[in-house]
Amino acid sequence: MSLFREVPLAAPVAVFKLTADFREDPAPNKVNLGVGAYRTDEGKPWVLPVVKKVEKMIAEDNSLNHEYLPILGLPEFRSSASKIALGEDSPAILEKRVGAVQCLGGTGALKIGAEFLRRWYNGNDNTKTPIYVSAPTWENHNAVFANAGFEDIRPYKYWDAQKRGLDLSGFLGDLESAPEYSIFVLHACAHNPTGTDPSHDEWKQIAEVMKVRFSLFAFFDSAYQGFASGNLEKDAWAVRFFVSQGFEILCAQSFSKNFGLYNERVGNLTVVAKDEDNVNRVLSQMEKIVRITWSNPPSQGARLVAITLTTPELFNEWKDNVKTMADRVLLMRAELKARLLSLGTPGTWEHITQQIGMFSFTGLNPKQVEYLVKEKHIYLMASGRINMCGLTTKNIDYVAESIHEAVTRVQ
Amino acid sequence: NSFSSYINLSWWSEVQMGPPDPILGVTEAFRRDTNPKKMNLGVGAYRDDQGKPYVLNCVRKAEAQIAAKKMDKEYLPIGGLGDFTKACAQLALGPDNEVLKSGRSVTVQTISGTGSLRVGANFLARFHNAARDVYLPKPSWGNHTPIFRDAGMQLKAYAYYDPKTCGFDFNGALDDISKIPEKSVILLHACAHNPTGVDPRPEQWKEMASVIKKRNLLVFFDMAYQGFASGDIDRDAWAVRHFIEQGHNVVLSQSFAKNMGLYGERVGGFTVVCKDTEEAKRVESQLKILIRPMYSNPPMNGARIASTILATPELYKEWLVEVKSMADRIIKMREMLVSNLKKEGSTHNWQHVTDQIGMFCFTGLKPEQVECLINEYSVYMTKDGRISMAGVTSGNVAYLAHAIHAATK
Repeated sequence: MSLFREVPLAAPVAVFKLTADFREDPAPNKVNLGVGAYRTDEGKPWVLPVVKKVEKMIAEDNSLNHEYLPILGLPEFRSSASKIALGEDSPAILEKRVGAVQCLGGTGALKIGAEFLRRWYNGNDNTKTPIYVSAPTWENHNAVFANAGFEDIRPYKYWDAQKRGLDLSGFLGDLESAPEYSIFVLHACAHNPTGTDPSHDEWKQIAEVMKVRFSLFAFFDSAYQGFASGNLEKDAWAVRFFVSQGFEILCAQSFSKNFGLYNERVGNLTVVAKDEDNVNRVLSQMEKIVRITWSNPPSQGARLVAITLTTPELFNEWKDNVKTMADRVLLMRAELKARLLSLGTPGTWEHITQQIGMFSFTGLNPKQVEYLVKEKHIYLMASGRINMCGLTTKNIDYVAESIHEAVTRVQ
Repeated sequence: NSFSSYINLSWWSEVQMGPPDPILGVTEAFRRDTNPKKMNLGVGAYRDDQGKPYVLNCVRKAEAQIAAKKMDKEYLPIGGLGDFTKACAQLALGPDNEVLKSGRSVTVQTISGTGSLRVGANFLARFHNAARDVYLPKPSWGNHTPIFRDAGMQLKAYAYYDPKTCGFDFNGALDDISKIPEKSVILLHACAHNPTGVDPRPEQWKEMASVIKKRNLLVFFDMAYQGFASGDIDRDAWAVRHFIEQGHNVVLSQSFAKNMGLYGERVGGFTVVCKDTEEAKRVESQLKILIRPMYSNPPMNGARIASTILATPELYKEWLVEVKSMADRIIKMREMLVSNLKKEGSTHNWQHVTDQIGMFCFTGLKPEQVECLINEYSVYMTKDGRISMAGVTSGNVAYLAHAIHAATK
């Protein structure tokens, strides 16, 4: 009798199922607005020119080998990645109270951060400590924290479906009423899935409540730095503001999108603490967690990013490549909105250009989404989230017309 | 509590400094030592006869082939690169294995051996409700215990190493295994036991397989050194294949860190042998549910290199030769160490050095003797007397023998 006879068949992860369905669809005009990866105007993946250049450099450098990295990762990667998040001249860095752990993508950084918090945040057992994630949020946030042992994962108000924008008063209300020591997962920029970010003033209000309550913890998820506005500093404003206000934070950084290094799993968990001694102790405990999870991280992607960030010409070229991607997304936003307006599609479409980053919460309801998928072969998430990168100059008319149909025919 | 006290207090003031990693500690002390004759025998990575890291030729060729294809960097599936997982399973089980032909197993790509053990431990913790206990050989790799413990399993042990003979305590092992409660998990090192280098002989494996079957235990194989132990990939996988043949539906962790020298690329696999394809599908779906919240999907680079080597006949042939040459160098160093010890005039029995197999050798040195080697000869090893033969070269083996003899005469 099999030991695994009781193992149930798990439902596939929705976003990957969407792509699988898209692949199987024979329709010639199909469009994939699902999974979050950049696409060129030809609808193709894009390996950044600077990445190709650095890969070649690495391949030709015979002094390099495949030896183990330290448990915490490649030192040059960790420090240069933290500088990207916090700014080269960050006082926190100058004061030596910043540390980092190289992780397997943004997910891995969240994982290590979550495991650390569960063990060390407020006493040694934080299984009952509330974790607040935005409503809605990236679908994997919940699982990351649940698997790290947190039993109480709650939503904080975020998306206002009526006005298609940020529910700031709801958000602030949840911050004010959250139990002491609650942990808040904040999207640094380009909120996934809504594309709706707080303004600077709104961030200030958020930080103010957290300061007054002082027992709430900020865990930033920064997966799109540079990709949102095209400017690294602009996209890091919230993280840097919190640090300037004296908060200790964790910041999970991903280089999947802004370097296009999706499958190399390049991430960094930046730790900002009160002083160097605290950073050292925190890192020593994170090291133990890493050792029993993956021992040490993969070297290829980290090497590539470290070389790029620490070589001025390459760094500039990378910033250009990032801006290219961000600009194309901004263009598609503008074009989509323009077409919906000219078609006279019912509803307001300002949010298409007000939202930022890869995703847009269109506001389409599940029936309308189903219509698009089944009748028009346009694949998007049931939440109405679309990946702007899936839009091209060739398919944007078709998509706009299809949205128009969905909105007018399906209620 | 007030805001002013908030300003000064850190969230982390109660966080203790983690204890130093015992193996890292060895390397750190080695680095600080200024003795030109110093030797680092803690390192668990292959070194060539000049003491340098070795990038396999077949790896360089595979890398060049891959670069020429100009592939994109899109996310891999959660379970990893299909070409890799298929080849990984074939390497372990043999291409004609009935399990693979019937499709009744699932293999997922993992973050090398550690990642594989972790996924496996999490899977058992969640779905192996029949028992919580994992039985490790005494001793085992230091990281096994914290991995399984953190996953929620309980650790127990079965006799394995006999310090009197520096060999396998076969009777002790059988005796302990015969008492293990049914349905418990038993972890077996497929070959090149870490840290002792002591492996059962085939006839001993056969008896163990039989007792384990009688006890109805779930077998978890850890195979981190296939090819690296004897130089022959089939011989090193013999135990795994025998158990499967005998009807054990095993779970298996594989690493390509050592046998392909892909350490830092983190290449590994986790396999579950199931009753049938339907069960394999269910198990696969649950493995993905475990992996997604850990790191979403695995890294491409190393898996691409490994699968290219395994799937390209000329590269595969070259790999077999290179793996054999690494294993042969280790075997030669074992022989040279023993002959040099004899030359030094040592009267101890050092046969275990050549009987043991793989990267590591359990010398039998006592802690004080280890101290002597470290402090007086700058020969660095872990306190249990384990040395990595990979750190031994034809240039330093005489010095090593001299030091060991001095500490043990």
